Amino acid sequence: MFWQVTLNLLEGFGVTCLIFAATLVCALPLGLILAFGSMSKFKPLKAVVKVFVWIIRGTPLMLQILVIYYGPALLFGWGFLDRVVAVIVAFVINYACYFSEIYRGGIESISKGQYEAGQVLGMTKSQIFFKVVLLQVVKRIVPPMSNEVITLVKDTSLARIIVVEEILKVAYDYTIRGLIWPLFYTAVYYLIFVGVLTLLFGFIEKKLNYFRV
Amino acid sequence: MAFLEVKNYRKRFGDTEVLKGISFSLEKGEVLAVIGSSGGGKTTLLRCLNFLEIPDEGTLTLGGEVLFEAGQGKAALARLRKKRLHFGLVFQQFNLFPQYTVYKNILLAQALLAKEAFQRKKKDFAAVLKAAPPSERKKLKGEQRKILSEIRANQKQRMEERTERLLVRVGLSEKRDAYPYQLSGGQQQRVAIARALALSPDILCFDEPTSALDPELTGEVLRVIKGLKSSDSTMIVVTHEMEFAKSVADHVIFIADGVIEEEGTPEEVFGSPRSEKTRAFLRSSEQNRLGGEDA
Ligand SMILES: Nc1ncnc2c1ncn2[C@@H]1O[C@H](COP(=O)(O)OP(=O)(O)O)[C@@H](O)[C@H]1O
Ligand SMILES: [Mg+2]
Repeated sequence: MFWQVTLNLLEGFGVTCLIFAATLVCALPLGLILAFGSMSKFKPLKAVVKVFVWIIRGTPLMLQILVIYYGPALLFGWGFLDRVVAVIVAFVINYACYFSEIYRGGIESISKGQYEAGQVLGMTKSQIFFKVVLLQVVKRIVPPMSNEVITLVKDTSLARIIVVEEILKVAYDYTIRGLIWPLFYTAVYYLIFVGVLTLLFGFIEKKLNYFRV
Repeated sequence: MAFLEVKNYRKRFGDTEVLKGISFSLEKGEVLAVIGSSGGGKTTLLRCLNFLEIPDEGTLTLGGEVLFEAGQGKAALARLRKKRLHFGLVFQQFNLFPQYTVYKNILLAQALLAKEAFQRKKKDFAAVLKAAPPSERKKLKGEQRKILSEIRANQKQRMEERTERLLVRVGLSEKRDAYPYQLSGGQQQRVAIARALALSPDILCFDEPTSALDPELTGEVLRVIKGLKSSDSTMIVVTHEMEFAKSVADHVIFIADGVIEEEGTPEEVFGSPRSEKTRAFLRSSEQNRLGGEDA
């Protein structure tokens, strides 16, 4: 029994990990694009991005999942996306917005003097960004990023709202059938996952400890 | 015509005109000290010389070449990056790159420029190769590769030697592998000076290089700047250190409210100032100095 539950939960955990990984891989770069959009000198673009980020951050992720899954079918009569795909799309959009704000904060926290020092040394804009600013930004955003990424681990459980078989959904199905301990057992998986991430972020922070910004 | 000629520089931010027609000239190898009370526009002037700000009016000529002429449009502004290299700027707040060692801080800009030059050369070679008859390509390619690797090695050696020399010049050889946060303010500013010298600017500008420093650290920085004078470098130093200005400058200009209120040799400006504003400024800075010593 125990092993059966463990294996079933592991399967659900696989889905959890898939949502997690796909979200990170897509949302990290997308967030950077949004961040540049929100800092753009081109006012309309800036406004559009800011409003978009405001809407996404201002509404529950659960609602966004529902809209992405049911929206196209109900509004336009299109078919349904694959459930897992719909969840991933919603997560990517949502997390890209949160990441973009973290990036923006990081980029804006770099003093003007750093850019100017690069400029008077004849560097191009991209040289200044990649050779001077980027690593300082990375160092600044590691702590808030680590918070956000750990939140993401737990947010994956929202996927069960459209019946995606992630770990908490699998455990919950046991509960409905009268077996309650698998639900508590899921905590072990989450804790191990978050533990590994915490170690990883700690490692990155330590790696970047050789300088101060 | 003088080495550097600045004519009628004007700059406004919104409604306030900060530079109201600044003109001066400077010969090669001379040191110009710029003094004046805060808010007078000294920093803005240096920023305009380095093209961190674009003057609204005026022209700048260096060594007979017109580097800047107001109102030339966007295309001219885009070319400013290369023109910036004629000037160096040492900031009040050092602005070292925190993630790089002292050595790398000094080396970085040289390395980036060398790399650009190298890439250009590589592109040229590729074009030559494409134009060559197929039978000769293989041989040519081998030769090109050899030349390129020589160029790269040469570049590297030159940059490294130069960086080491600069470290010696600012007295920080033993700190070459330290990071900026591990240095005192005075040491950081000396690194910033070496970094600015690394690209051999025609004119090196200093914006109050010692005013962010504890008083006991100003001496080492001022000594380094004085040491540069012995060589052939042309410098513009904005400073509140009147004794330093007296001893190092060939020319002094006193800026008040965006105009040059007084200019001349140190003897003239400090010894027999013509303008009442200059006299008042010198009196108050003398009082500050004495007050500072009492405290
Ligand atoms: N980017 C800017 N925008 C608006 N006002 C500025 C800017 N830079 C400088 N100023 C104003 O210009 C005046 C001169 O400043 P500054 O050149 O820094 O003088 P100084 O270096 O002699 O103290 C000040 O009144 C300052 O507030
Ligand atoms: Mg100033």
